Amino acid sequence: MIRIFYKELNGFLNSLIAYIVIGVFLVGIGMLMWVFPETAVLDYGYADMDTLFSLGPYVFIFLIPAITMRSFAEERKMGTMEFLLTKPLTEWNIILGKFFAGFCLVLVAVAPTLIYYYSVSLLGEPAGNIDTPGVIGSYIGLILLGGVFCSIGIFASSITPNQIVSFITAAFLCLIFYSGFDSFSSLVAEGTLALQIRQLGILAHYDSMSRGLIDSRDLFYFISLTGLTLLLTKTVLSSRQW
Amino acid sequence: MSLQIQNLTKIYGPQKAVDAISFSVREGEIVGFLGPNGAGKSTTMKIATGYLPPTSGVVRVGGYDVVAHPLRVKRMTGYLPEHNPLYLDMFVHEYLHFAGGLYGLKGTPLKKRVEEIIDLCGLTQEQNKKLESLSKGYRQRAGLAQSLLHDPEVLILDEPTSGLDPNQIIEVRKVIKEISRNKTVLFSSHIMQEVQALCDRVIVINKGKIVADDQLSNLLKNKGGSTLIVEFKEEIDVAELSAIEGVAEVIAITAFKCKVVTQQGKDLRGELFKYASERNRSLIELKVEEYSMETIFKELTTEHSK
Repeated sequence: MIRIFYKELNGFLNSLIAYIVIGVFLVGIGMLMWVFPETAVLDYGYADMDTLFSLGPYVFIFLIPAITMRSFAEERKMGTMEFLLTKPLTEWNIILGKFFAGFCLVLVAVAPTLIYYYSVSLLGEPAGNIDTPGVIGSYIGLILLGGVFCSIGIFASSITPNQIVSFITAAFLCLIFYSGFDSFSSLVAEGTLALQIRQLGILAHYDSMSRGLIDSRDLFYFISLTGLTLLLTKTVLSSRQW
Repeated sequence: MSLQIQNLTKIYGPQKAVDAISFSVREGEIVGFLGPNGAGKSTTMKIATGYLPPTSGVVRVGGYDVVAHPLRVKRMTGYLPEHNPLYLDMFVHEYLHFAGGLYGLKGTPLKKRVEEIIDLCGLTQEQNKKLESLSKGYRQRAGLAQSLLHDPEVLILDEPTSGLDPNQIIEVRKVIKEISRNKTVLFSSHIMQEVQALCDRVIVINKGKIVADDQLSNLLKNKGGSTLIVEFKEEIDVAELSAIEGVAEVIAITAFKCKVVTQQGKDLRGELFKYASERNRSLIELKVEEYSMETIFKELTTEHSK
């Protein structure tokens, strides 16, 4: 697994993918956070980081599928899947190696935004007045959400040898899981059913974490969704044997 | 370490790609696996390397069942897939380090082994190039190098020389010959000269069935008599030639030239000379046509397809 992880990471670094992803994420988020008047903290007047955490997922919806779209699609197209699968590796080694490489890139992209926490806290009145537990919860939520998106991206990449198809499928699935269930629940009027449908989506759990409340049910939701998607990927990989 | 295949069958949908084949390759033996395109060679090899599961039947590598102990088998097998898939964006040495790492080699031993293999496969000049910038022959060597890193006991090569120019074929062949000492090698090809140059034993497969499994020399010997090409200065009387004892068939090529097929195990060159001098004819050409692997291949694989 470690070998695949390093290989994938080297692949990101040797091609431009890593730099572009990190660059685009930071430029985009930075502009939204500090420059554009509709969303900028300076114009908003409250010392919080909501802009990052509410718009970050939408940036992820485009960036993470771009990171993961080649992972299996390329291997299949080049025939290197056969190379990997005839080496002493299990399918899980390959899937997890690729997943963690993508996830690691997401972490690296998010890490510099920790500086925003410092800047925003200085802007508070008095300085340092910021909802720290909320920020911590939101970061955990954002990272877990990155994990879910990575696993969806890896899955989308495993079902097709075409990277464009993989990208679009992944972006679409990410959007459905992020806010699709939420929008859908508004179509259903009744209370409990609407709530249950809402609970299926990421947004409900992400929101509750951003309040600084780290509930084991939310953690369980994110981790099991990631695991389930990776399990699906494993099934797709094994389907060559059917 | 040997390779055993028993009653192996692989069915893709309605098509039987491999049909109950059995054979084994002993330790230290080089076996050529021949057959026309689509005969089931690659499928057999993919099953033997654990990439595909068999529909039924057993493949054992070094005594271990491929299905039950995939990792163990993969660890002792070196495999060069048919189209030689490579990570084209990697450097040669980077690629080999990666492949070696997958076999659990690391640190100094890995470095040393990669150097050794680069040397063995003649990649020294190219090791700092990207795989995408290599010519086909060198890419093939890189693929071979990758399959040899962990010093596997069993080597499975799927068309190692396909698409190479004659010089490259000879070079790749040389590499295979050199590394194959003390190893069990199964390699597929549809180039006959290659089989003649490399292996002791040949397995011919057609439409998923084994149609021949024998020593090369036996195959050449058993396949009927030899053919003589004869040319006279005068016109040939086919009936007269056919009357010579031991002649099975006379096929006229032109009025002056014909093919004489002899019965099994007979050499009729002397008789033909005698005939010519008795009838006062001038024999201007007499040539023995060897029964080549090509002819055998053609016979084996067309006869059974009807």
